[in-house]
Amino acid sequence: MTSIGTGYDLSVSTYSPDGRLFQVEYANKAVEAAGVAIGLRCTDGVVLGVERLLHSKLLVKGANRRIASVDEHIGMASAGLLADGKFLGSRGRDEASSFRDNYNSPVTVQILSDRLSAFLQAYTCYGSVRPFGLSTLLGGVDKTGPKLFCIEPSGVYYGYRACAVGKGKALAKTELEKIVSKEADGQPGISVREAVKEIARIIYLVHDDNKDKDFELEMTWICTESGNKHAPVPADLLVEAEAAAKAALEEGMEED
Amino acid sequence: MSHHPAMWKQPSAHSSFNDYATFPLAQTQRHSAISHGATQHTQQPLVTGTSVLGIKFDKGVMIAADNLASYGSLARFRDIQRLHPLGKHTLLGVAGDMSDYQWLKKELDALLRQEEALSLTDSHPSLSPSNIYDLLANLFYGRRSKMNPVWNAVLVGGWDKNKKESFLAFIDLLGTTYTAPTLATGFGAHLAQPLLREAFEAKAGVDGKGPLLTQEEGEKLIDDCMKVLFYRDARSINKYQVAIITEEGITISDSKSAPTEWSFAEGLRGYGAQTQ
Repeated sequence: MTSIGTGYDLSVSTYSPDGRLFQVEYANKAVEAAGVAIGLRCTDGVVLGVERLLHSKLLVKGANRRIASVDEHIGMASAGLLADGKFLGSRGRDEASSFRDNYNSPVTVQILSDRLSAFLQAYTCYGSVRPFGLSTLLGGVDKTGPKLFCIEPSGVYYGYRACAVGKGKALAKTELEKIVSKEADGQPGISVREAVKEIARIIYLVHDDNKDKDFELEMTWICTESGNKHAPVPADLLVEAEAAAKAALEEGMEED
Repeated sequence: MSHHPAMWKQPSAHSSFNDYATFPLAQTQRHSAISHGATQHTQQPLVTGTSVLGIKFDKGVMIAADNLASYGSLARFRDIQRLHPLGKHTLLGVAGDMSDYQWLKKELDALLRQEEALSLTDSHPSLSPSNIYDLLANLFYGRRSKMNPVWNAVLVGGWDKNKKESFLAFIDLLGTTYTAPTLATGFGAHLAQPLLREAFEAKAGVDGKGPLLTQEEGEKLIDDCMKVLFYRDARSINKYQVAIITEEGITISDSKSAPTEWSFAEGLRGYGAQTQ
C-alpha cells in the first residue's frame, strides 16, 4: 500500500487527479475475493450458477444462498459481500412488486437492471456512503425472451450472452466464450440442460483447491422446463452435472 | 341496510324509485347533510357472485361456484371464474362483490409471489391454507371495523402439507369465521347446506368420525346441490366449476351444467306461451 490512492481513496465523492474513483475500484476488489458466479443465456432460458465457498464445516448444508429470487421470472446471483447481496435482492423484490402494482404486468429484466443499477450508482456519489461490494447477474425470461444482465459496483450494467463475476472470472469467461462462439458460427444455441453441465464444469475448473476450502454448487434456472419461473435446477440434473464436472476435471489433470 | 347475503341487491325500503331493483342504484344520499363531504365507503356491492359450496371428502376438499357475476338482477357477466388458486394447495371460492374479489386476488397474488421469492432465496417456509385463512380473517375484520368492509363471503379450501389433512373454512364481510366439513355461502347456506350436511352425515355420522365421501360421491353431491341452486336462486346460472384440492395439488374443472327438467312448467299459467 505504498502510493495507492494517495489520499484520493478516502471518499467516493472525490476523484483522483487522473479521474478515478478509488472506492469504486476497491469495491471491485471485494467482488474478486468472492466465489465465482456464472450466468448463461440459452435458447430456451437462462441458467445461473454460483460457487458458494464454505468458510466453516459447521454451516448448515444449502444455507446462506447467494442466488436470490427477485420476481417469479427473475433470479439474481451476486458475487461480493453476502450482506450487500441480500440487501440488493430485497431491493430488487421491492422494485419488481412496485412495477407490478403500477403497471399490472411483470417487470422486464432490462428495466429491473436499469432501476437497480441506478440504485447502485447513487452509492458512488456521496462521501457518506460506500459503494456496494457487489457484481450482480440478473437473469430471467420476460416478454422479450431470455435475458441476462450484469451490474457492477460503479452502477454500470450491460446485457450479456454469458457472463462470469468473482474469483477466477477471467478463466470462466474464456470458457464461456468458447460456448458462445459456437453459436456465433451458426451452430444451434445451447439449451439450458447443456448449460447446467457447462456451468458446473466451469465452476469446478475455476475452483482453486489449494487456496479455498470446500464449496457448494448452487444453480437455478428460468426456462421452458420450469414454466419460465425462477426455480432451483432439479436435484438429479445437478448431481449428474457435478459428477460430469468432476470427471472432466480428472481427465484434464491426466492430460497435463 | 341488511348485511345478510340474501338481501344483497334487494330494493331498500326508503328508495322512492327503482322499486324492482332492475339496476343497482348507489344509495349515496346526495342531499343528506350527514354524508355531504364525509368519507364515503362501500355501501353496497355492485357486481355480485352468488353461492359457493365446499365439502371435505376422503382425499381432500372440493369447492364449487357458478360462472355468473350479476349486475343487480341482470345476469351481466356469464364467464367469470370465482375459484382462485393461491399457491399449490390453497384455493379461494368467492361470493359477493366481484371488484373486491379482483382486488383480493391482486393483493394475495402479490403476497404469494413475495413469499415464493423468499422461499427460493432463503428456505422460507411456504404459507399453509390456515395461514392464508388467518390473514384473510384479520383483513376482513379489520376492514369492517373501519366501516369499509371487503364485501365478500369466502370459502378457503386447502391441503395442509405438514399436518397431512384437508382444510375448509368460511369468512364473510363482517369478519365472521367458522369451519365445518361442509360449507356454503349466500343462498347456498339455506338451500344447499342442509343437503350437503345430510349426505355428509349419512356416511361420516353426526360426529363426522366415520368414513368421508369419496371423490365421485362428493362430485355427485355438488352437482345435485348446484342444480337445486339453479332452480331456486334467481342470481345463479347453470354453468359452474368444481375445484378439487388434494395432496397432489389443485385441479379446477371446465365449466359444466347440471341436467335440468322443465316440462312441468308447460302446465303452469303465466309461464311461456299461454293458450288460456
